[in-house]
Amino acid sequence: MSTPRQYAVTVLGHDRPGIIAEATEGLAGLGLNIEDSTMTLLRGHFAMMLLCSVEGSHGRVAPSEIEHALTGLTVAGDLDVSVRPVTDEPSPASASSSWVLTVHGGDRPGIVSAVAGQVAAAGGNITDLTTRLSGDLYLLVAELDLPADADAAAVEAAIKETAQQVGVTATLRAVEADDL
Amino acid sequence: MSEADSQRLSAWTEAELGVEGRVLDVVRAPDPVLATAGEPIDPTLPDWVQLAADLVATMRVSPGCVGLAAQQVGVAAQIFCVDVSDHPKTRTHHGTFVLCNAEVVEASRNERAREGCMSVPDFTGDVKRATRLVVTGQLPGTGEQVTVATDAFEARALLHEMDHCAGYLFIDRVAGAHAIHPRQTYL
Repeated sequence: MSTPRQYAVTVLGHDRPGIIAEATEGLAGLGLNIEDSTMTLLRGHFAMMLLCSVEGSHGRVAPSEIEHALTGLTVAGDLDVSVRPVTDEPSPASASSSWVLTVHGGDRPGIVSAVAGQVAAAGGNITDLTTRLSGDLYLLVAELDLPADADAAAVEAAIKETAQQVGVTATLRAVEADDL
Repeated sequence: MSEADSQRLSAWTEAELGVEGRVLDVVRAPDPVLATAGEPIDPTLPDWVQLAADLVATMRVSPGCVGLAAQQVGVAAQIFCVDVSDHPKTRTHHGTFVLCNAEVVEASRNERAREGCMSVPDFTGDVKRATRLVVTGQLPGTGEQVTVATDAFEARALLHEMDHCAGYLFIDRVAGAHAIHPRQTYL
């Protein structure tokens, strides 16, 4: 088996200044190219995922080498680093429509699963998701693609009904893309 | 829409209501009243005149507040106040006024900007709204129908408050999963 050429690097744990600088320095030192990445704070916890690719003659980097290059992050014991090989994902055909779903209401277990279940049942694919809890307010904003032949009004009605059952309100709106 | 309506609205003050406004508690999400569409009201009834005065009084004592809808004080009804006259993003404005049963007549030139709300104090969100707006509604007390054109920040404030009256919050209108932000500063 050939050495994979793309890796998912995940860094999770206690936030402090310099984590990104240190992580990317280690990756750059191995000749890894950062492609898509996302980083946020989840209730104050640092959470980052980077997709890195191996460029040209550096194509022989093993996951253990990447973890070794990032050991500086984990010595204090409050950050977890994991590296795993991934293969290229083909971009899905774009015969779909894009929507933004907002759900909010009183916090309770099961809101995300109830709503996501309705999206999945409609053949919808969630492409981005943020949830936030503040006091008693639970807030979910999801971007999703619906199949081109989906009945968006019926999907919205199903989501709203499910949301009502778990005591929250839901709004589904088409994404407006302004091509310039 | 007429210049006379615009002047009428600009000249309006809460003194016309003839009652003393009381400062009410502002409710916060997830209070279900905020997700409840308001009924149309008879703006000449004394209870609504009192609520109009209360909304203005509550807005005045709330730092940074440029508008307040009935839902935000726990009443699902189509009445709100605005006053954007001191806001730096304001162009056209009509001072302090209260509108009942307001409806959008024309809306155009959408622009995205970050909004906050006293009822969702811990977040701000990026919301696209019309910056050219014509709205019609009734004044509390007399029930006069006024139709006014506005723009920029007053248009945003009106649309935000009319959303409240329809049971929507700005978080129902945010542009995407990365358009919600924890609030950095509290006014």
